This record gives sequence, C-alpha cells and structure tokens, in this order.
Amino acid sequence: MKTRDLAYVALFAAIIAVLGTLPAIPVGPVPITAQTLGVMLAGAVLGGRRGSLAVLLFLVLVAVGLPLLAGGRGGLGPFAGPTAGYLLSWPVAAFVIGRLTERTWDRYNVLVGTLVNVVGGIVVIYAVGVPVLKAVVGLPWGEAFWTGAALFVPGDLFKAFVAAAVADVVRRSYPVIERPRRAAGTR
Amino acid sequence: MTLALYVPGTGVVHRLPAAAKLLALAVLAVALFALPSLAAAGAALAGVVAVGLLLARLPVAVLTRQARAVVWWLVALLAVHALTTDLRTGAHVALRLLTLVLAAAVVTATTRVSEMVRVVEAVCAPLRLVGVRPARVGLAVAMALRFIPVLVERADRIRAAQAARGGSPRGVRALRTTVAPLLVQVLQMAHDVSEALDARGADDDPSPRRRAQEAP
Repeated sequence: MKTRDLAYVALFAAIIAVLGTLPAIPVGPVPITAQTLGVMLAGAVLGGRRGSLAVLLFLVLVAVGLPLLAGGRGGLGPFAGPTAGYLLSWPVAAFVIGRLTERTWDRYNVLVGTLVNVVGGIVVIYAVGVPVLKAVVGLPWGEAFWTGAALFVPGDLFKAFVAAAVADVVRRSYPVIERPRRAAGTR
Repeated sequence: MTLALYVPGTGVVHRLPAAAKLLALAVLAVALFALPSLAAAGAALAGVVAVGLLLARLPVAVLTRQARAVVWWLVALLAVHALTTDLRTGAHVALRLLTLVLAAAVVTATTRVSEMVRVVEAVCAPLRLVGVRPARVGLAVAMALRFIPVLVERADRIRAAQAARGGSPRGVRALRTTVAPLLVQVLQMAHDVSEALDARGADDDPSPRRRAQEAP
C-alpha cells in the first residue's frame, strides 16, 4: 500500500474519531451517534479497500484503550458489550459502500449515493448488529429490532443522505477513487 | 480534544511496559462486565483512582478532565435506566463506564504514543505472513493520532472564517459550503503528508519482489 493510501486511511480513522465527539443520543443499549456517518464517508470517499481499512484502524485505536467511541468509550469493553455487533459490522459496511460506490462511480450522484449508503450503512449494520444485541442483552426479537434498528432508521437515512451529498462534492472536486479502467478512454 | 495526554513521570506505572498496561486495561474491561455487582465496580473505580493519583502521581486534573468529558453521558445513562429499569442498574452501568474511562486515561497519561504504536506493531507481526508490514500499521496509527487534533483545529478555523464573514450557513447548504471543503482540504493535507514522508524514505520497502514490480 502506498504511503498516500496509508495517509488517507489514517485520515478517515481520525475523522470517525472526531465525529465521536459530537453529542450522542442514548436511546437504550445502543446510542445514536455521528460515527456511522464517518463509516459511510470512509466507504464513499475512499472506496472499499481503503475505506474498510480506515474503519479497522479506528477500531484498533479504540481497542488499545483510547476513548474514541461516542460518549468517551474505549478499550476492549465495547467489543464485549451490546454494541459489539455494530462495531464489528462497520468495516464490512464501509467495504460494501466502497465497492458499490466504485461500481457506480461514473453515474454517481446524491440519489445513487444515498441508496448505496442505505444498503451498506443500514442493511449490513443492522443485519450484524441486531442479532448480536439480542444475544448479549437477551431481548426477544421484537424488542431487539425496536431498540436496535427501528429507532435508528430516520437518523441513519439522514446520515446516508449527508454522506452521499458530501461524497458527491468530493468526487467532483478531489476524487480519491480512481475511474474504472474500462471508462478511461471515454474522455 | 487533546490526545497528547502523556504526563512525563518516572514512577512505577510510567516504567511498566506499554503492553502490560494495555493488557491490564483489557482485563479490567472484561472483568467489569463479567462481575455485574455495584460493589465490584465501586472497588474497581477506587482502585483505578488510587493507581492514577498515588502510584503514578498524576495531577488530579488529568482524571477530572476525562471525567468531565463523559459527565453528561453518565447523567443520561442514569436517567434512562431510572426510567426504564431501576436506579441501581443505572448507577452500576455509569460507574463501570467512569471506571473504564479513567483507567484508559491513566494508561494514556503514563504511556508515550510511540510505545503504544510499538505494541500495535508487535501484535501485527504475525500478519507479516499475509503481506501486512507491521511498520506501515504503526505509521498509520501514528498518523491517525496526529490527524485528530489537526481536524478539530481545521474545523474551528473554517467556522471562525465564516463567522468573520457574518454567520455560518445551516442545514444542507452547510454541507456544500463547510463540510465538503473541509474534507477536500484535509484530503489534500493527507496527500502532502504522504509525499513528505516518501521524500524522507518512508516508502522504503525491503522486499525485492515488490521493488521489481514497481520498477518502471
């Protein structure tokens, strides 16, 4: 990996950390935070490989004890708690968003981006997060779905839109994802 | 937000290897969740404060600064639990969180970032087999830690610049006028940093196979 890619990865790990300082809203065992916005941005701006590595790097920083998660949490505790599934789903989410963004790069706009972010940032995260939450807290499916997913849909839809809008501006002014090879001759 | 929390010292805690401190932190975190009792959490909190203030001789401010950062979070936890379960559970959860935050503060205050990075590199050593270079992981960690305060500073600067021009835009417009430009700015910064590092030999790769691949 080139030093430039390494710097981008480190930058987005830092961005996710800084988004954690925005106030989080505790609603039951899983809080609403701005950090998933950072996860979506990492995928949408850096692409699949670098995006997922950025999220992974952020999780390493948390695991070694830096209080970087929303609400000042850090260490290995969060990886054993009710939010463990969400944390572990983040690199996957960034990877899926990144790959889909790369695929749709030539016709990327706010709408396409929002859809991509919904698939990677909402479907993937809930698919991993809710079962783990249910297992750790011992809630029935209905309640696990309510406190672990349904509550977050409005906020996450908004975050998906915000990440797409920002990624779209970055795409036009400072593209980090390379254009797909097959389209190279069209311009 | 300051991550440069290191407080120089020569006490026992400072001299402990970083790996030992990180391991202790991990064990404490697991233990706190495994022991679901209010008394255990209270004892752990007292222990952490004792280690930080008496053994490591940290200034009280190091701990209170960290505690202040999570105080509203603690109040919210208490309130939510008082409404949904009971106050005792709320107190337990809040106490556990405070203990972990303070323990992490003690470790970060007594351990240089460079030592922390070395531990991460050592842990990553087995990944060499799948083509990961531990030194590159260490470099990424060091850059991320450095970028955090820089990002905060850049955001403040853009906000100040907009205030000077008469108020800051809100809502969706702010995305285009504030957030996106900030992101482009820091992407450029990251690019500059990487070029500076390469110019100083950061791209040195000992493996001859890769050398051959990258040759023109």
